[in-house]
Amino acid sequence: MDRLLEEIPRFFNYYNMIFIGQAFFYTTAMSFIGCTVGFAAGFGLAVMRHERIFRSLVLRLLAITYTEIFRRIPFLVKLMVVFFAFQLSGLEVSMFTVAVTTVALSAAAFASENVRAGLESVHDNQWDAAEAMNMGGLTALRRVVLPQSWPVIIPPSMTYSVGLVKSTSIASQIGVLELTYAAKVMTNKGFSAFLCYGTILVLYFVLCFSLNRFAAWLETRLDPTRHRPA
Amino acid sequence: MTQLVIDRLSAAYGATPVLQDVDLTVERGEIVSVIGPSGSGKSTLLRVLVGLLLPVAGTVTVAGHKVDYRSRRDLRAVRDRIAIVFQQYNLFQNMTALRNVTIAPTVVKRRAPAEVTAEAETLLAKVGLADKTKSYPDQLSGGQQQRVAIARALALKPEVLLLDEVTSALDPELVGEVLDTIRLLAREGMTMLIVSHEMGFVREVADRVLFMADGRVVEVGRPKQIFDEPQAARTRDFVSRILRH
Repeated sequence: MDRLLEEIPRFFNYYNMIFIGQAFFYTTAMSFIGCTVGFAAGFGLAVMRHERIFRSLVLRLLAITYTEIFRRIPFLVKLMVVFFAFQLSGLEVSMFTVAVTTVALSAAAFASENVRAGLESVHDNQWDAAEAMNMGGLTALRRVVLPQSWPVIIPPSMTYSVGLVKSTSIASQIGVLELTYAAKVMTNKGFSAFLCYGTILVLYFVLCFSLNRFAAWLETRLDPTRHRPA
Repeated sequence: MTQLVIDRLSAAYGATPVLQDVDLTVERGEIVSVIGPSGSGKSTLLRVLVGLLLPVAGTVTVAGHKVDYRSRRDLRAVRDRIAIVFQQYNLFQNMTALRNVTIAPTVVKRRAPAEVTAEAETLLAKVGLADKTKSYPDQLSGGQQQRVAIARALALKPEVLLLDEVTSALDPELVGEVLDTIRLLAREGMTMLIVSHEMGFVREVADRVLFMADGRVVEVGRPKQIFDEPQAARTRDFVSRILRH
């Protein structure tokens, strides 16, 4: 305990703070960019396979195949596959890019399922009414179905995003300077593991908790009934 | 003038035929009621007319234009002329009554919002809902929702209005207000195809009655003829069972 207290001022010195701050930034960026790009792609996949919007069997099969495969592979394996795929392709990319790509690929598969569940939670008769009034599939989606789907889409998507933030720690395996990697480096420098991992624990918590607050805000914001008098 | 000609129209859900060789001609301003036991294809007929189900054979001619339901252009054109009101109202749950009425004219037909809103307010007043424009569907009773749905269909300025069992999902005490709205349209000369189980109403408002069973037209005639002197055995059977209670 005394040793721990003695370590603290040395641990929280300027350079270490910069180092951990940078790691925090990378974890956040990886999660944020990956989830955003992934969610957009997953949204696209869900729309592609929806029969009231597109009637192409090829599109549907492509979307289903992607979703079904990528939902079933562990994050670490995906990370390795992406890593070696980039290597094979001869593209010089940073480890950070590899990790972001992996997050995005994972998020896309899961977001696709969440969005699909949301769209299917809206009764077919809404599509019928829209179609009978000459609304195109994408217009009906945007104006009628999607606003009613958000309450079903958001909660599981946010739970999954929090899961992904935690999965990004696996990127330390390929040497991305993110929180877990930083903790490892710090322990190797001789600081106590309790202090190192305790610090990143707090940072992970801050990140995930903010995400949860954002989710709660988004849920109210996108509630189709929000304009009603109480 | 002839508004709608249906000629040997057939449709199927997968391999199950649900509509077979249906013929019907509707004159402008005429009100034709479609009756028959459930599963006889009444609703399917309406769904085919607005292109929610592709016909497998036969033709539909609207105001002199033969409709090719596989052509996007024709489909748009036919939906501009024919509007449908559904049994379950199908109001957009995320929009107020007013927005439900204005959405298609503004978004699909790209008409000026101010003008459309004024029209929509008039329509909602006409169906007796002037004070409900800002209400969401789940804040309205079934009868009110169905009247919004009728206003929404009228906002498209259709030449023909299809009503698919519009009172079947309503509590008995709410049926009257919806039927009154339809009577109002009848007096204004709206061409209508009404699928209904309200036999008293059908007898009162319809110019002709079409009796269907098993996806086929069994008999067409004046209400008096169908209800009082049905020719076919199926019609006699159906009418006697309906009128008994």
